[in-house]
Amino acid sequence: MSATIEQTRETPSIETGGIVASLEGVSKNYGPVRALRAVDFNVRAGELVALLGPNGAGKTTAVKLLLGLMPPHAGRVRVFGGDPTNPENRKRTGAMLQVGRVPETLRVREHIDLFSSYYQKPMPLGEVLAAAGLEKLGDRKFADLSGGQRQRVLFALAICGDPDVLFLDEPTVGLDVEARRLLWDEIRKLVGRGKTVLLTTHYLQEADTLADRVAVINQGAIIAQSTPAEIKAKTSGKRIRCITALDLNSLREIHGVTEVKEDREAVEIHAREAEPVVRALLARDPLLAGLEITSAGLEEAFLALTRDTGQNGNQQN
Amino acid sequence: MSTMTAALSDTRIERSPGHTARIYLKEAKYEFLKNLRLRMYTASVLSFPLMFYVLFGLVLNSKEAIGGTGVPTYLIATYGTFGVMGASLFGTAAGLAADRGLGWLQVKRASPMPPFAYFIAKVVMSMIFSAIVVLALMVLGISFGGVRMPLADLTKLLGTLVAGSLPFSAMGLAVGYFAGPTSAPPTINLIYLPMSFCSGLWVPFMFLPKFVRQIALVLPPYHLSQLALGIVGAGRHESAATHWEVLFAFTLICLGIARIGFQRDQEKMYG
Repeated sequence: MSATIEQTRETPSIETGGIVASLEGVSKNYGPVRALRAVDFNVRAGELVALLGPNGAGKTTAVKLLLGLMPPHAGRVRVFGGDPTNPENRKRTGAMLQVGRVPETLRVREHIDLFSSYYQKPMPLGEVLAAAGLEKLGDRKFADLSGGQRQRVLFALAICGDPDVLFLDEPTVGLDVEARRLLWDEIRKLVGRGKTVLLTTHYLQEADTLADRVAVINQGAIIAQSTPAEIKAKTSGKRIRCITALDLNSLREIHGVTEVKEDREAVEIHAREAEPVVRALLARDPLLAGLEITSAGLEEAFLALTRDTGQNGNQQN
Repeated sequence: MSTMTAALSDTRIERSPGHTARIYLKEAKYEFLKNLRLRMYTASVLSFPLMFYVLFGLVLNSKEAIGGTGVPTYLIATYGTFGVMGASLFGTAAGLAADRGLGWLQVKRASPMPPFAYFIAKVVMSMIFSAIVVLALMVLGISFGGVRMPLADLTKLLGTLVAGSLPFSAMGLAVGYFAGPTSAPPTINLIYLPMSFCSGLWVPFMFLPKFVRQIALVLPPYHLSQLALGIVGAGRHESAATHWEVLFAFTLICLGIARIGFQRDQEKMYG
């Protein structure tokens, strides 16, 4: 009995691409608030998946369900094919949650030492400190750390047990640009070593640059799930802004235009490809001015996606 | 449900007893260090009983006696009880309420920490601080108050008072589960200070008004202090077994309340 368990731990039983964690038709309410509504969501081995959404979308709820900190009202939560509250699973997962207060009088290395002791094969302290960018701060008390450094300690506690799967809830919130990039590098390294990472974020750039796959969540429902590139492609590829005498209707007739709207003195035109539309515009309006072409970033894709689903879900706003 | 049980039994197979013991030890060690460095805790828990003792036991009344027992000896028992109560109530309730209310307990619960390690660490830490308070009182009394007691009695007194930390740790867990992060310390003071007074920890019991003495009979610090006083040859010479029974029953009631709070918390997170 113990021998077989020993074996499964030596060689993680989940092959690359297999589902390591899933929400199956999961709903979760807080009183009258429907935090998650029949959500289906998978995390596959070896991938870095971002759960992207605004504050209050249900990201933290999803993470807490996957960590077995609370059960769903409906549906099923599975981690490593079993119950997420299984203590055996917890030895293979690491978690970073948003915390209001961490014991402040303990030193960084003491916090790490304690959490490392919970695991079977923790990483050496030096490696943990290096991976979290805390080399010089090991002897510092938690109270004497800056906001970004505190965030890195929580990251260190998540990785110190060398877990197979990491659930990171808003890992870079409150970090400055440099600290954020450092943490991104570390998260990438984890995935490079075969770890699976689920992170939640409301930074669109973070999801865009880091994730293999992005699930966009809004008001408790997943509204899109694919690669960052595919999500971008779901909306019109380019945004053209210009000042023109042409009226909106005639702009809409130009081939390739997907959306037109007024934006103060100018118009904003969305199109799959910019060049043919710009050519047509210049041909019809020689006086056209203030031409700007930008590609639709994930931010726009995201806004477009939430706008689409917002029709039926946004009434309370 | 059956998968749950299977999973739980798996843990027992997986983690060696040595590893589990190491986790409990580390948890207790860091809980102790955490509080030792917390001036709020050490100042209120250590300095108040010691200051009172120096003032009322050594400076003012050191030559007096209460019912045949010298004041410096008598007050080791009562301020000892007072110190144990403070160390245990603050040691468990304040930390638990803050950890619960501000998310740290969730980080711990998401980790593979054995859940009991967290609670045991708080209880052990409270007992260690209780022992420190009592030992400090004894050292002061022997050095400056002319306290003379056989070593066996000193040991028995220390053991009794440290064991007396348990009912108050249990009470602290109960308070910690129902109080919020900021309301926990004032809540403890509201329980701890009147209880100490009514139990005769500040003013010797026989000098208290009659109705207060009647209230004292249901208060756990009264029973612990009477056990301690019995060892130094003072107190009311009631049956020690009764005192222990009351303290034991009180511990069970508090653990029961703490358990309700624990379940309520699970359901709240779960609900």
